[in-house]
Amino acid sequence: MKLKTLAIGLAAVFATMAGAQAALAAADEVVIGDIDDLSGNYADVAGAGAVEAMKMAIADFGGTVLGRKIVTLVADHQNKPDIGASKFREWADQNGLNVLLGGSNTGVNIAMAKVAAAKKVPFFVIGAGGASLTNEDCTAYTVHYVYDTTALANGTATTIVQNGGKTWFYLTADYAFGTQLQNAASKVVEANGGKTVGAVRVPLAASDFSSFLLQAQASGAQVLALANAGEDFSNSLKAANEFGITKKMKPAALLAFINNIDSLGLQTAQGLYLTTGWYWDLNAETRAFGKRYFEKMKKEPTMDHAGYYSATTSYLKAVKSAGTTDSDKVMAELKKIKINDMFAKGGYIRADGVMIHDMYVMQVKTPQESKYPWDYYKVLKVMKGEEAFGPITGACPLAPK
Amino acid sequence: MTEIFGIPVAVILGQLTLGLVNGSFYAMLSLGLAVIFGLMGVVNFAHGAFYALGAFAALLGLQWLGVNYWAALVLSPLAVGLLGILVERLFLRQLYKLDPLYGLLMTFGLALVIEGSLHQFFGASGRSYPVPAALGGVINLGFMILPIYRAWVIVVSIAVCFTTWFVIERTRLGATLRAATENAPLLQAFGVNVPLLVVATYGGGVALAALAGVLSAPVILVTSQMGSSLVIIVFAVVVIGGMGSILGAIVSGLALGVVEGFTKVIYPEASNIVVFVIMALVLILRPAGLFGKA
Repeated sequence: MKLKTLAIGLAAVFATMAGAQAALAAADEVVIGDIDDLSGNYADVAGAGAVEAMKMAIADFGGTVLGRKIVTLVADHQNKPDIGASKFREWADQNGLNVLLGGSNTGVNIAMAKVAAAKKVPFFVIGAGGASLTNEDCTAYTVHYVYDTTALANGTATTIVQNGGKTWFYLTADYAFGTQLQNAASKVVEANGGKTVGAVRVPLAASDFSSFLLQAQASGAQVLALANAGEDFSNSLKAANEFGITKKMKPAALLAFINNIDSLGLQTAQGLYLTTGWYWDLNAETRAFGKRYFEKMKKEPTMDHAGYYSATTSYLKAVKSAGTTDSDKVMAELKKIKINDMFAKGGYIRADGVMIHDMYVMQVKTPQESKYPWDYYKVLKVMKGEEAFGPITGACPLAPK
Repeated sequence: MTEIFGIPVAVILGQLTLGLVNGSFYAMLSLGLAVIFGLMGVVNFAHGAFYALGAFAALLGLQWLGVNYWAALVLSPLAVGLLGILVERLFLRQLYKLDPLYGLLMTFGLALVIEGSLHQFFGASGRSYPVPAALGGVINLGFMILPIYRAWVIVVSIAVCFTTWFVIERTRLGATLRAATENAPLLQAFGVNVPLLVVATYGGGVALAALAGVLSAPVILVTSQMGSSLVIIVFAVVVIGGMGSILGAIVSGLALGVVEGFTKVIYPEASNIVVFVIMALVLILRPAGLFGKA
């Protein structure tokens, strides 16, 4: 009995000490967290490179803001919503987290957005694409920074329909992101006079896509729309090539990152249409960032990597001009400022949380057109932010139509 | 077009063919698992990692040393098999006297180490392995266009599976191996080097996984995680076929590939769980597996 009382007493002491320490950390530090897929399917889209980009941004900012040291926390959500949400909650409760950057996976990010609202912590969605994050799942603390399913559809689908691809078959990843992407694309296709002739929902991380591709071929559609991402995208396009399907159907990548194109090779990926929020070879500024990043990571950055850099910088600038890390004041400041850096020109954060900035419709170069390493895209069209992300839908209560 | 249950015959034949391709991989992987379990009683959770290693060995051999596909078909299983022998000598051998669970835990940990290291060095993005020139192109089967390489996979897999079955079930070497599993001390008393047999079995089983890895390299992107999702399905295949049954592993591997193929047409969302549903049914109705001896 005595022992038990002692144990409880000790536990209480430790608990108070831990609490005091957390409070202390919050007082003289600014804590930036990153929760992302660090070991799975999407680990090269953001992952370790994103952590590096975030640290580059902090170093460029001087390492401190308001006289407080900037520190980082990093965790792997393993593509599991419960892990992402509980890590976020833990950091908010115990580590004095000031802002969270969310990496890949829409499902996990939706779960984390709920924590952002409950804990009142600014939350930048970088790697996830689901537009629901700024519609039915929106919060006062969410900023959707790099791209969303609406912009991807507006870019790629519009371009292809206007170039004569009228009938569409979708190969859709069977989770939140895939279905949102398919819905967004089919709306755009139909608005432009095209038609959806079929769709197949493919379980995430399937080992073989040929069965699904034969179904696509049997549909007789002109366009093979790949509403998936990461390895699933690469493996499905690779198989489509192997089965000679890309000779008859025009492949459309509803989401492809430059590392996917790199692993497929231009021979397989050539001619592919895709939409991206950023490309390393757009202008002198992007090339300069690309060069710095390349020196550290030995590959060119994806749009997510650039987004991590830019989002970190934007947050720190907002803290500096607001003179506080108070979440509501920083959010108000964020929604006032213009974002002008190597990632975006004249970007701004709309009431529903979407960061409005230009998007680029690209076509993958042929091996003959590519002149130097990572010379993969030609710009078909620069879409103005308002056109890319479309009008406010009204689904988010914070932003009435 | 003629239809069966509302599905065109051409589609059925197409899915049957593709199912056989996937089934070929299941069969080769489950064969290795069944051999290792049947003869050593080890549940080799590292099988998927050895499969990935086989693919990586082929890829790196090509990129760094210019080893072509045909040489890789032999060299990569050989190299990975040797690694398997090392693993058996260093670790597994210590665990035979203990509960089989320890072997499972050890190989599971080993799989994490191998896959983690591959991920660390080569990243998460897959790498492409080119289809060898002699097997490029497609054949028109009338009902579908089949890449020649996929047909090659079926041929190799069936040849390898049959050879393995023949060696174990029909030759003197196989008889000795099986005797070693029945009563090792007695066999040793007859002057047979049993530890050598055991190490050769593990090396051989692991080499089979690596061979499947080399075969799959031109089909899917080579990644550190390529074996981790596959190995779970393959375990289900082994359980359905009957733990340790060689014939069961081969037949149920091919059959489940086909069943999965049809599921992809009828109800695609369920295609990644159909194997497990069947496993549950088999465990309820025939706990020893379809080909297992109760």
